[in-house]
Amino acid sequence: MALDEYKPQTGKAMLEGEGRSFKQVGTSPDRPDGVDKVTGRARFGADVTAPGMLHAAIVRSPHAHARILKIDTSAAEALDGVKAVVTRADFATGLTGEMWNILENVMADKTALYDGHAVAAVAATSALIARDAAKLVKVEYEVLPHVTDVDAAMATGAPVIREGAADASVPPGLHPNVVRYHESGRGDVEAGFAEADLVIEDHFRTEATHQGYIEPHACLAQMGGDGKGELWCCTQGHWNVQKICAALLGTEQSALRVTASEIGGGFGGKTTVFIEPVALALSRKTSRPVKLVMSRSEVFRATGPTASTSMDVKVGMKKDGTITAMQGTFRLQGGAFPGAPADMTAMCAFAPYNVANLKQVGYDVMSNRPKQAAYRAPGSPMAAFATESVIDELCNQLGLDPIEVRLKNASREGTRASYGPKFQRIGLVETLEAAKAHPHYSAPLKPGQGRGVSCGFWFNFGGETSVSLALSEDGSAQLMVGTPDIGGSRASMALMAAEELGIPYENVRVTIADTASLGYNEVSHGSRVTYASGLATIQAARDAVRKLCGRAAAKWGIPEDAVKWENGCAVPSGPNAGDFDPLPIAEITASMGATGGPIVGHFEATPEGAGVSFATHIVDAEVDPETGKTAVVRYTVVQDAGKAIHPTYVEGQFQGGAAQGIGWALNEEYIYGEDGRLQNAVFLDYRIPVASDLPMIDTVIVEVPNPGHPYGVRGVGETSICPPLAAIANAVSAAAGVRLHELPMSPPRILEALERQRGG
Amino acid sequence: MQYHSPGSFEDAVAIAGAASGTTRFLAGGTDVLVQLRADIVTPDTLIDVKKIEGVRSITREADGDWRIGIAVSGAEMSEHPELGADWPGLVEAMDLVGSTQIQGRATLTGNLCNASPAADSVPAMFAAGVIASVTGPQGTRQVPVTEIPTGPGKTSLKPGELISALHVPARGARGGDAYLRFIPRTEMDIAVVGCAVNLRLDGDTISEARVSLGAVAPTALLVPEAAEALIGTTLDEAALEALATAAADACKPIDDKRGTVKFRTHVAGVLAKRAARIAYDRARARA
Repeated sequence: MALDEYKPQTGKAMLEGEGRSFKQVGTSPDRPDGVDKVTGRARFGADVTAPGMLHAAIVRSPHAHARILKIDTSAAEALDGVKAVVTRADFATGLTGEMWNILENVMADKTALYDGHAVAAVAATSALIARDAAKLVKVEYEVLPHVTDVDAAMATGAPVIREGAADASVPPGLHPNVVRYHESGRGDVEAGFAEADLVIEDHFRTEATHQGYIEPHACLAQMGGDGKGELWCCTQGHWNVQKICAALLGTEQSALRVTASEIGGGFGGKTTVFIEPVALALSRKTSRPVKLVMSRSEVFRATGPTASTSMDVKVGMKKDGTITAMQGTFRLQGGAFPGAPADMTAMCAFAPYNVANLKQVGYDVMSNRPKQAAYRAPGSPMAAFATESVIDELCNQLGLDPIEVRLKNASREGTRASYGPKFQRIGLVETLEAAKAHPHYSAPLKPGQGRGVSCGFWFNFGGETSVSLALSEDGSAQLMVGTPDIGGSRASMALMAAEELGIPYENVRVTIADTASLGYNEVSHGSRVTYASGLATIQAARDAVRKLCGRAAAKWGIPEDAVKWENGCAVPSGPNAGDFDPLPIAEITASMGATGGPIVGHFEATPEGAGVSFATHIVDAEVDPETGKTAVVRYTVVQDAGKAIHPTYVEGQFQGGAAQGIGWALNEEYIYGEDGRLQNAVFLDYRIPVASDLPMIDTVIVEVPNPGHPYGVRGVGETSICPPLAAIANAVSAAAGVRLHELPMSPPRILEALERQRGG
Repeated sequence: MQYHSPGSFEDAVAIAGAASGTTRFLAGGTDVLVQLRADIVTPDTLIDVKKIEGVRSITREADGDWRIGIAVSGAEMSEHPELGADWPGLVEAMDLVGSTQIQGRATLTGNLCNASPAADSVPAMFAAGVIASVTGPQGTRQVPVTEIPTGPGKTSLKPGELISALHVPARGARGGDAYLRFIPRTEMDIAVVGCAVNLRLDGDTISEARVSLGAVAPTALLVPEAAEALIGTTLDEAALEALATAAADACKPIDDKRGTVKFRTHVAGVLAKRAARIAYDRARARA
């Protein structure tokens, strides 16, 4: 994501949501899609079939880096049941920029760039035949030197992934694998460090982690020789899929209609494409529908995990806790393509703090790993890990309370953010105050336990949004949104529409419309859905209400502005408007065909007032000093939601971020062998937390309204994963009595740290 | 691939003897079917042994020995009213394998024959002194389970042979066993190190002991030196330290994605002490 996507908030200062008494917003009814999901009726990516459908399988590179000398498809094509084999020759040529990057990732051209990189694909009459045929595709490789570590990839002599991939931001003299460079700051950090009573600088590393969504990527594609097609897939953003697939196949966007299936998790990892263009190319070649479903191992090897990092952070503090200067260098490895969010990491690193002297530098580095994808607040959790660990250490050494120090330096309304603009209304101080007052913060710890605190920050995002709300004859409503429901957003949309229309929540049916049914909708990412689609839903409902009022005005023979909407009825706006009984919505819609036609509310915009969000987490951890094993024994998330539309699902987002953070902090990691191949491409060895690894995660919803949303909503999906890495590291370091600088804090790593400390 | 479901061990042996290529016996299928789907082993002949009479039962023999059928699931062992009272360590070890769903299918015999060095039930069986009935073309012979696994994925069973029952010795007086494993999570994981201790007391003094380690060598290990460190002691601190040292000394682990040599060696000693304490307390509680 480019920096300019995160514009400062421009909403008006008046907060109409503040002080408003809501009838439905703020309650937590069951999700509209809940019964479908618990009964198995919901259709996910792999759940659809079509007559004459073929099954596809992808041939993948077993090498981390290799020149593709020859691909012989004859044996595969000769196998009974095989209908087509595609290679890079079956895709568009002449692409540039990110579209070329995506195509190169979807299907390798001359070089396989990582273990698992797709080099060919087959379609056959059964999944088993396709799998067998994939093994018959003979690929001759010339193995090249590889590099998978971020520091090694930047070092002199490292194998060059691709010459000329760097853009103009990169200063001369850096290794060609450094492809983007970010530098920002203000003041004079050296002067700031000179003012400090204590300066601590430390080196930190984090390993790549996968979003770990339960549903592997899956799609069903149908495309004819005329270039027209249909695609069903699990994605966070089907307009984006439409745009990318059209480009990669060389067809017009409108020729391809994309429908988003139900989605079994995305967390940012389903904001791009991996298999969809391949299925379309096979379908085009065979004129048959083609289904393509990834295995878990393919998901690990060939979709987009987060970046791994190497970071140096230096902070100066006075004895009273005042931070005098902060400086950070953030190196991110994002696989064999540009795009690691080094700029985001740099910009988020010091955002919670109001500090005069700042310098942040980010390096986006290529290596022989899969192309990274967004993962929940891309780049921010790692930044917080480094920064908040150093602040914790400063607090320890100066004998200061970690929450008091954070309060003393906290960004507030009017503070100039570390990344540039002035903050509008924000809720960091409120989260810190709530954390300080929470019983967790003062609860006694048992021997062997430690407590950690961390703040976290995320920008949040608006983006193109288009919504349509059609009223039925009986006064119920059909809301069409274009943002796949990845976190219970249908419930939030239904609540907001019901609130505005004054009808029961159950009377709003929310549909995720396909790309042919609405204007362009940006992907469900950037914590934007409840904010942007919510804002659009409210405005579309108000558009419908205006039309409803117009019909009432016509019936009563009074001006439209003499009618207002209350509790689901049109009523005269005041005593001078006339004396009419309230006209319920169902009475207006029952006769709408004869009074001017169907009533549909619309809203289309690119809202820019997303409203940044902060959180403070408190964690208690217990470390077994004999085995190095950590148990997270208590966890509290305090986060500013602006306004919680559906509090239970807001809490779910808080808890989900903490749960993924626990995995990232303690056990999840991409493990590469000397040969550059991924060693742990299954859930057995890629250790996400299981239910029994997690404590009950307590939540506190802070509501400091966002001026950019009618009800004050801030996105909540991403900020919740920003503090956990640092909060857990601070807790583990307190429990173990030794500072941990590298994630995951696996048992062997903790045991080694303990041993080093004992001088062993 | 050919699928067979014989009704007797004799038939199973005959089918296996006549088969060519790769043969697998199918009980719970929690390894065989997973390996098939993952392209690790694609059998030419699959012999389903679940239809053979008696393979689903747990029986206490007249001499107190337990006979466990080869298709008895982990859940059936855990829910058995008496087996767990005699051999809590063995039952708990089997119960650690996989999830609730896996427990409905996975078998003790399968865990042994899959021959993973990290199999949880195997150190517990080694420590308990379990004997296997091995049936083949020449009839049935009795083989200590310690002689079954010979390396990762390899067993001493000859082509055409299969295990037809497992026999757990009578528990007897003042005996107790325990199995502990180390995993970085709380469940749903593969042992980084496993350790089983089985002992018997004379008064408060340990008179017999067997100590077994998992995931620290190509097969589970029976460690006589560790047992000797316990015998004749009342499990005092010195005995525990000697036990930990002997256990660590016996380790011949590898560095891999699941753990390092150093970590495994250290944790083997830690687990041995912890398992010995549990087994000792269990033995003392048993009349």
